[in-house]
Amino acid sequence: MVDTASREAFVEFERVQKSYDGETLVVKDLNLALPKGEFLTMLGPSGSGKTTCLMMLAGFETATHGDIRLDGVAINNIPPHKRGIGMVFQNYALFPHMTVAENLSFPLEVRKIGKSDREKKVKRALEMVQMGDFGGRRPAQLSGGQQQRIALARALVFEAELVLMDEPLGALDKQLREHMQFEIKRIADNLGITVVYVTHDQTEALTMSDRVAVFNDGKIQQLAPPDTLYEAPENSFVAQFIGENNTLEGKVREITNGVALVELDNGDLIDAKPINVSKPGERTRVSIRPERVEFNLDRLEEGSHTLKAEVQEFIYMGDIFRTRLKVAGKDDFIIKTRNAPDQVRLKPGEVVEIGWQAEDCRALDAN
Amino acid sequence: MSASFTPFVLTFDNKNNGDDMSNASEAPTPDDGLNLTDNENTGPVLAADGTPLKRSLGRALRRQKLRALMLIAPLLIFVLLTFIAPIADMLFRSVENQIVSETLPRTVVALDDWDSTTGELPSEAVYEAAYYDIFIAAERKLHTRLGSRLNYELTGASSLFRKSGRGLDDLGEVYQDQFEDLNEAWEDGETWALLMGSGDWQDKAYAWEKSSGDLAPKLELREGIEELLPKTAAAYSSFANFVRVDDGDNPATEDPWSPVYTAFWQDLTGGATVASYSGPEAELLMEAANAAGGFESTTFSEGFAGIDKDWASTPIWQTIKTYSPKYTSGYFLNSVDMQKTPDGPELRDANERIYGILFKRTMFMSMVITISCIMLGYPVAWILANLPARTANLLMILVLLPFWTSLLVRTSAWKVMLQQQGVINDVLVWLGLVGDGDRLVMINNQFGTIVAMTHILLPFMILPLYSVMQTIPPTYLRAAKSLGATNWTAFWRVYFPQSVPGIGAGSILVFILSIGYYITPEIVGGTTGTFISNRIAYHISSSLNWGLAAALGTILLAVVMILYWAYDKIVGIDNVKLG
Ligand SMILES: Nc1ncnc2c1ncn2[C@@H]1O[C@H](COP(=O)(O)OP(=O)(O)OP(=O)(O)O)[C@@H](O)[C@H]1O
Ligand SMILES: [Mg+2]
Repeated sequence: MVDTASREAFVEFERVQKSYDGETLVVKDLNLALPKGEFLTMLGPSGSGKTTCLMMLAGFETATHGDIRLDGVAINNIPPHKRGIGMVFQNYALFPHMTVAENLSFPLEVRKIGKSDREKKVKRALEMVQMGDFGGRRPAQLSGGQQQRIALARALVFEAELVLMDEPLGALDKQLREHMQFEIKRIADNLGITVVYVTHDQTEALTMSDRVAVFNDGKIQQLAPPDTLYEAPENSFVAQFIGENNTLEGKVREITNGVALVELDNGDLIDAKPINVSKPGERTRVSIRPERVEFNLDRLEEGSHTLKAEVQEFIYMGDIFRTRLKVAGKDDFIIKTRNAPDQVRLKPGEVVEIGWQAEDCRALDAN
Repeated sequence: MSASFTPFVLTFDNKNNGDDMSNASEAPTPDDGLNLTDNENTGPVLAADGTPLKRSLGRALRRQKLRALMLIAPLLIFVLLTFIAPIADMLFRSVENQIVSETLPRTVVALDDWDSTTGELPSEAVYEAAYYDIFIAAERKLHTRLGSRLNYELTGASSLFRKSGRGLDDLGEVYQDQFEDLNEAWEDGETWALLMGSGDWQDKAYAWEKSSGDLAPKLELREGIEELLPKTAAAYSSFANFVRVDDGDNPATEDPWSPVYTAFWQDLTGGATVASYSGPEAELLMEAANAAGGFESTTFSEGFAGIDKDWASTPIWQTIKTYSPKYTSGYFLNSVDMQKTPDGPELRDANERIYGILFKRTMFMSMVITISCIMLGYPVAWILANLPARTANLLMILVLLPFWTSLLVRTSAWKVMLQQQGVINDVLVWLGLVGDGDRLVMINNQFGTIVAMTHILLPFMILPLYSVMQTIPPTYLRAAKSLGATNWTAFWRVYFPQSVPGIGAGSILVFILSIGYYITPEIVGGTTGTFISNRIAYHISSSLNWGLAAALGTILLAVVMILYWAYDKIVGIDNVKLG
């Protein structure tokens, strides 16, 4: 990992391991480098080690092994309060005995910034999160969204270049969460700060981030921009974790011209793009996004393999139709079609042929 | 423990949060659009059966309240009987003073006209009233009680009254002897009954049998005798009543006591028109009336002076007059080192003042104990709150261990530890830090009391602190550090303020408990380390001056309530959390 890219990296994890109990590794061999100004999201199921990584970066946990560097300086031995990292906690951690303004001026006071300067900065930070009138309130007198914004303002008010956010929107309802996602992204872009953001909401990760690190089992499964992550998952965990996904299991029969012919467990044949498979005979799990499935066979390439599917259920969802099919013996195959004037509405019981472009169907590892 | 334990109820609610939320929607906020408000207002709302909703809600709630009341009734009754009632009784006793006016009713009335400030002795009428009052009190054995009551105010009153009880009998016997010498018939109870009582009453009285279990018939005076011999009638009535009620005997057959003779002599020499009397024993009466003028006699004041010269000086009379009202502020004045004088309340002489010092010492030492408890308890509670639950529970047992050991054992253990030949001194001497000759005095003084009581009350500080600290999430400290605060700043600015409610609760508990503590200061306090409660206990069990004890207790209660009120004003009582 020691190459030119890493020297420019602002935050860097190198071969970091972490164990709490000396028996199991919560973080296994983490390598991560992010440049200044990047908005990186750590996404992963509960218990996958996201918070642990964040805490190591903030200095509240020490890495069992490996180096964490900030701006090229190893910070393993720098105490948390000297790291200058802004942090938004999962439950906001606004000090209940201080007013909003006092909360915000706390980091400035401990930095011995003069009173008038302090007031100016607090005011600016409050205005930035559109909470200018709330300086005199106590945190308990604010709604969840307002508290969240204050927590954000507090993490930004001392002009930290790196801000860590641990599921800051976890406690908010959907509408407010979407509003705040937009807000956070806007502020982060305006200030040009580097953000490490933790969530287990994949939509949030996809909409906000420059890059997403998908965590599972203490490892980064894939680190990529959102579109790549969605369209080109590198393994079946990522494929299943990000977005909706249909999977079919089978064995590779042959690979020709970058297209793998996969024989499903019931004997049907399909085309797929080989990702984690290299030779015939390997077991694979193929993954195909519901919106990439075609049942209008005219749009498919000549000679493509198709599968028989029986319509189980048709769900009208407004902007899209969602149809559940029984394919290759499994009845959880979903296809999504746009609600357009000429769109066909399939009826339960109907039998159709479905197919797809070979590059939309990814043959991944079998587990 | 029971003497020192103050039952104590803390209420805590979080109403603040709720109230203040209501105005959170005044200013427009970006998410205002998300809040749906329903401000429609249409008349009183009706319940399903047509009654106003408010009323049917009230009815439903009343039933709930009633049921709740029934659940707490046993405790309520218990508290009423064992707590509220004794306190009310104590408050009453601290001002109650009926003993003087009940024991000396005539004297109190007679003293009304006496001006105690002139320095003159009271009039003969006062002495006369006192003669009858004290004599009757002595017969009832009440004079010593009154003596000890007045002794609180005037030293020597107790022995004066004890002496007078005997002496006044001699005073009357002078007349008794002379009448009896004149005619033996006066020795006889029946003669008196015949003379004083109505015929009806005599018939009933002679028919009465002691074994019947009823009281003897109540004296009915002979018609006209009251006008003829008013004082004799009064004295004989008192006598008859005493014999009848207190002794359970028949007044008609008992020989009268000496004041009857005194009164009789007074009446006869006071110009009674004996000639007009025509009832039984008229001759006997005539004979006595003729002889009485030549009897040997003294005035009452001389008689009193003869018993004790204190009666011939003003202080005892001033004291009786000052304490004759039914209610008195005397106990309270006493409790603050003042006394009642004819010129109003005055501070006592400097060498007689003790309660002010004791109150101040109690406050001061309780404060020191509270502060020591905070100093020692805070770190312990911190560690307990930040340890994993299993270890914390184990250590909690160590904190609670003192609770499971007898208070006496713990206090005595401190005696063993701290005394001059005790463990600590031995160790210090052995280490050579202290010479064998000048071992430290650590017990039977304030230091001993503070050490022992800090140890005993420590759990009362640790427990509320611990439960408050447990509710402070560690993320606050982390947040503070991530914002750039050093460990100390993070603790002091963020953690400590949030633990203040625990300190508040612990301090209130410890302070109030220690202010009323009694056993430990008694054992290890010596003379300089005792509390006001030790004085209260002394007055309750040794000097039997319950009024003063009650007044001291009332002041203590008032001080606690004032402190509690002040605490509420300064810190806010809803900032007190026990968990
Ligand atoms: N202080 C700790 N002591 C021991 N184990 C811990 C500690 N903190 C976390 N763990 C363990 O480490 C693993 C990773 O925890 P972490 O908090 O990093 O998960 P996460 O990815 O943030 O999950 P979530 O999305 O639920 O917040 C979990 O298995 C957790 O049980
Ligand atoms: Mg987490």
